[in-house]
Amino acid sequence: MGEENKVVLHGMWISPYSKRVELALKFKGIPFEYVEEDLQNKSPQLLQYNPVHKKVPVLVHNGKPIAESIVILEYIDETWKNQPRFLPQDPYKRAKVRFWTSFVQQQLCESLLTVIKTDGEVQQKAFGNLFEKLEVLEEGIKEIFPDGNPCIGNYNIGLLDLVMLSMFSPNNKIQEEVFGMKIIDPEKTPLIFSWLTVLHQLPLVKESTPPDDKVVAIFKFVRENALKSSLA
Amino acid sequence: MSEEVKVLGNWGSCFSRRVELALKIKGVEYEYIEEDVYGNKSPLLLKYNPVHKKVPVLLHNGKPIAESLVIIEYIEETWKGTPILPEDPYEKAMARFWTKFVDEKCLPALWRAVWSPENEREKAVEEACKCLETLQSALNGKRFFGGDTVGLVDIAANFIGFWLRIIQEATGHGDLLSAEKFPTLFKWTDEFVSCSVVKQSLPPRDKLLAFFKARVAEANASK
Repeated sequence: MGEENKVVLHGMWISPYSKRVELALKFKGIPFEYVEEDLQNKSPQLLQYNPVHKKVPVLVHNGKPIAESIVILEYIDETWKNQPRFLPQDPYKRAKVRFWTSFVQQQLCESLLTVIKTDGEVQQKAFGNLFEKLEVLEEGIKEIFPDGNPCIGNYNIGLLDLVMLSMFSPNNKIQEEVFGMKIIDPEKTPLIFSWLTVLHQLPLVKESTPPDDKVVAIFKFVRENALKSSLA
Repeated sequence: MSEEVKVLGNWGSCFSRRVELALKIKGVEYEYIEEDVYGNKSPLLLKYNPVHKKVPVLLHNGKPIAESLVIIEYIEETWKGTPILPEDPYEKAMARFWTKFVDEKCLPALWRAVWSPENEREKAVEEACKCLETLQSALNGKRFFGGDTVGLVDIAANFIGFWLRIIQEATGHGDLLSAEKFPTLFKWTDEFVSCSVVKQSLPPRDKLLAFFKARVAEANASK
C-alpha cells in the first residue's frame, strides 16, 4: 500500500460507530490499517487526531484525520467513487436517506443507549420511546423500499444501512437474553426486521459479527459500567 | 420549466432562518409560509413533516424535505452558483464536522445555560463556554468559518451569530458570549450580521428581543 493512499482507522471493537466505518471501508474494498484503541488509555495519536471529542472512530487518510462516523462515511463515498455508492445520485433521494439517517442516529440510537444504560422507571420510559420511534421508522422506510421487502440479491449497501445495522440486529435471542424481550419484533416491525435480516446476512457483515455470547457479554459490560458510574 | 419553492418556517426560529439564508445565498426565489409553531400547527406542516411536525420544511415542486441541515445539503446539490460547501472532500468533511459540533454540542449547551435555574447555572455556563472556546478555534484566523464567504458552518451557527447576543440582553446575563471572553468569535458575529445576504435572512432585532424578554418574564413568574 503506497503512501499516496494510506488509510488508517482508529477504532474500538465494541463501538458501533467504529464498526460502521470499518464495514464501509471493507464494502468499498479500501485497504486500511486498523488501530484498536483502549478507551481507558487513549493513544497520543487519537488525542492529536480528535482533540475536540477524543473519541473513535477517526479515519486518517494520507495523514489527515476525520472524526464523527457519519461525516467519515460521506467522505469515504465522495473520495472512493466505486460501488457500492452509499448515497443515491438524485438530490431528493439523497435528502431522504440523510433525513432517515439523522432520525436513526439521533433518535433511535439515543433511545437504545438509554435502554441499555438505565434501569427502573427511566428504562421503562426509554423502552416506550424506543418502540414508538421504531414504529415511526417502520412507516417511514416504506418510501425507501417501495417494492416491499428488501432482498439480498445485489444489495447496494448505503449510508442508512450502515448506520442502522451497526446498532440494531434481528437477533431476538440476544435481545431476549439482554433485555428480556424482543427489540426488533418481526410482528410489530416486519419491514425493519426483514431489512436487518438481509443486512446481517451480507457476508462482510456476517464475518465481522462476534458470536452471540460475546455480543451478550458486550451489552452486559456496557450496562454494568453505566449503572455503576451513575451510582458514583 | 417553472419551479416552485416554498419554505414553511417561523419568523423567530434560527433553524428556519438557516434555510432562508441558504436559499438567499443561492439566489433562489421562494414563497414563505409562516407557521404558528407555539399555537396551531397547520395541516400543511403536519402533512409535510409528519415525523417531527416542525419547521423548517422545504417544498420543491411539491416534494417536502425536513431537517434544516438536510435541507441545506439539498439546496447545495440542487442549485449551482455560490457554493455553501467546499469542493474538496476533506474540507467538506471538516465543514460537516464543525456543523455537527455546533448543532449537537454548542446549541444544546447554550440553550441549557440560558434557561438553567440559578443553582445549576455556573456549571451550565462553564460547559457552554467550553463549546464556544472550541468553536472559536475553528475560525483559525479566517473572516468566516467558510473562509472569505459565509459557508455551511456559519449558517449552522446563526444562533450564535445573532440570537445569542439578543438573548443575553433579554436575560441580563452577559457571561456566555462576550468580546472579552471570546474576541475572535465575537468579531465573527459582527462580520456575520453585517453580511448583506445574512441581513436579509435575520428576524427583526426589536421583535426578537421583545419575544425573549417575554419568555424570560414567563420563566421568572413560574418560579
